[in-house]
Amino acid sequence: MAEANPQKVFAPWEDPNQAPLIRFEGVTKKFGTFTAVDDLNLDIYRGEFFALLGPSGCGKTTLMRMLAGFEDPTMGKIWLDDVDVAPIPPNRRPVNMMFQSYALFPHLTVWDNIAFGLKRSDMPKDKIGDRVQEMLRLTRLEQFAKRKPHQISGGQRQRVALARSLAKAPKLLLLDEPLGALDKKLRQETQFELMDIQEKTGTTFVIVTHDQEEAMTVATRVAVMDHGKLVQVATPAGIYETPNSVYVADFIGEVNIIEGAAAPTGDGKVDIAFAEGAEPIHATIGEPVTAGQKVFFAIRPEKIHVGREPDPTRANRIRGKVHDIAYLGNISTYRVELETGQMISAQMTNARRLSRRDFTWEDEVWLSWTDTAGVVLTR
Amino acid sequence: MNLRRLALILVPYLWLMGFFLVPFLIVVKIALSDTAIAIPPYWPVLDLSAGWTGIKEFFSELDLENFIFLTEDSLYWKSYLSSLQIATISTFLTLLVGYPIAYAMAQAPDEWRPTLMMLVILPFWTSFLIRVYSWVGIIANEGLLNQFLLWTGLISEPLQIMNTPTAVYIGIVYTYLPFMILPIYATLEKMDGSLIEAAVDLGCSRGKAFWLVTLPLSRPGMIAGCFLVFIPALGEFVIPSLLGGSQTLMIGKVLWEEFFSNRDWPVAAAVAVVLLLLLVIPIVLFQRNQQKQEEAGR
Ligand SMILES: Nc1ncnc2c1ncn2[C@@H]1O[C@H](COP(=O)(O)OP(=O)(O)O)[C@@H](O)[C@H]1O
Ligand SMILES: [Mg+2]
Repeated sequence: MAEANPQKVFAPWEDPNQAPLIRFEGVTKKFGTFTAVDDLNLDIYRGEFFALLGPSGCGKTTLMRMLAGFEDPTMGKIWLDDVDVAPIPPNRRPVNMMFQSYALFPHLTVWDNIAFGLKRSDMPKDKIGDRVQEMLRLTRLEQFAKRKPHQISGGQRQRVALARSLAKAPKLLLLDEPLGALDKKLRQETQFELMDIQEKTGTTFVIVTHDQEEAMTVATRVAVMDHGKLVQVATPAGIYETPNSVYVADFIGEVNIIEGAAAPTGDGKVDIAFAEGAEPIHATIGEPVTAGQKVFFAIRPEKIHVGREPDPTRANRIRGKVHDIAYLGNISTYRVELETGQMISAQMTNARRLSRRDFTWEDEVWLSWTDTAGVVLTR
Repeated sequence: MNLRRLALILVPYLWLMGFFLVPFLIVVKIALSDTAIAIPPYWPVLDLSAGWTGIKEFFSELDLENFIFLTEDSLYWKSYLSSLQIATISTFLTLLVGYPIAYAMAQAPDEWRPTLMMLVILPFWTSFLIRVYSWVGIIANEGLLNQFLLWTGLISEPLQIMNTPTAVYIGIVYTYLPFMILPIYATLEKMDGSLIEAAVDLGCSRGKAFWLVTLPLSRPGMIAGCFLVFIPALGEFVIPSLLGGSQTLMIGKVLWEEFFSNRDWPVAAAVAVVLLLLLVIPIVLFQRNQQKQEEAGR
């Protein structure tokens, strides 16, 4: 990501003068009576690595297939570079897709698979050879050019599929769960490779995934989908730090959700009464809330400090008892039972050796966090 | 040590020995004998009661006379050639008719497929002989087809289809169509549909995608179907004799006539042995194709 250089952050979505590469305008897709994509509006900008994230069946693939031209929207319009794509058949769209199954042609060699799209274009023959060679180099497949797809490994097949879909230098590359078939380690390596290739070629990538970690790693922006609707579109940090709903907060990473009644205290702060007789949670609001409104307080485990004593520098201090400890090497997750019965997860880095750990099961501890550590959600 | 496995392997081999190899050796033996007016109508007959000398005498009587005779009379090699030609052309026609049917079946909605499959297999429920014979009622000069064409005014004279090679082609294509459709359907049906989408995504029209992806990938099915039609068509006897009349020369018919009309068992046996040797080539090629397909499918 471009975060290394704070002067020139890549954020075209914040620039009102930027025209999007893709614009979804009220797009709905129905299969019979079933609505797979529901009145969706979305802008994707040139050079983005855009991730569509959501549970299986929420309409991610359908959205992609509409971009590629394999499905027509039931309602609404899709614009690509200010052109309405509806009348353009899939074989004429400047869009290429990397299929979930890779869809490599089993009767063709790696070389011929990559050259397949180029041969269908008006590129001269000698240029095709050069381009295929370039793609083979980019995906480090040079020595496999003569093999058939069934003679190479899963990871190599994945790279052939990528090379094939990139060969025609599309304006937009669609990747449908490109890493789904790889094991965890290869997956992580390939994520960085993908980012690298995306940066080198400057192609706009739209990737579908149901793996939130993957989306967070590779994407410039993440769109979280649920039942054919976009719930939130934001940068990975934005999605993580300021989710706009319990659904998003819960979908991305670990989170504690505490339900309570809001009592605004002015200057953007709110007190949340979550249990009879307990000190209310002090928090900062993002959106206006009214007194007595039902709200959800969401806080990530690593934002909560666990200590023997309450931390006077933090606005929230609650006592509890250690119920469970999950030791994960670099960090430990404590599940702490509050006196009011709620179970709260808190994470601490393991700066000390295990044998000298501060707390153990059944210990009394204090959980402390600042009034800006969590977010207040209304839905 | 592993009797069960041994038995499992032995069973098919014993079956082959008993029902293929032994009868084949008997046929070869008859082909090497001479015609005789006797029962059975050939000579020599193995007489084990005469002991070792009997066996020696028996073998000394065998010769290649009948095979030499096959090369001398042009009827035989002409029949072989004609059979090859008819089998080749009708295999090709069956492919032309069968492929679109198999393709349509593979494209049909899932819930229709069992019904379509059923329809393809349905003709096997009646006797092959009756089905071929009923074609006479359709293509004869006063048959349904000619009556219909005369009625529409398209023709003024009935078409002579009966007793021509065309009738034989119709008969063979009709009879062996399921053997062509089923293997092609099997390869098309298990083909990943996203391959076609990938081809279209990379710039092919639907037609081009069919030509560049579907067709090459269904080749194993086409080859299997062609062999399944070609091999039995080459030795076909019923269809040419029912529909082809006296004009159509096919080796199966010659074989039948040698055997039943001329009662020349040794020559008939020689014809059969040569036919079998001719068939061994495509059968071996077919086996190779099947094996390659299995390897490709991992
Ligand atoms: N061709 C189709 N016909 C009917 N329903 C479909 C079709 N394609 C997708 N769907 C339905 O639309 C929903 C969304 O599918 P999809 O976009 O593939 O989800 P995802 O990729 O997010 O897992 C699913 O419930 C699926 O059953
Ligand atoms: Mg999907």
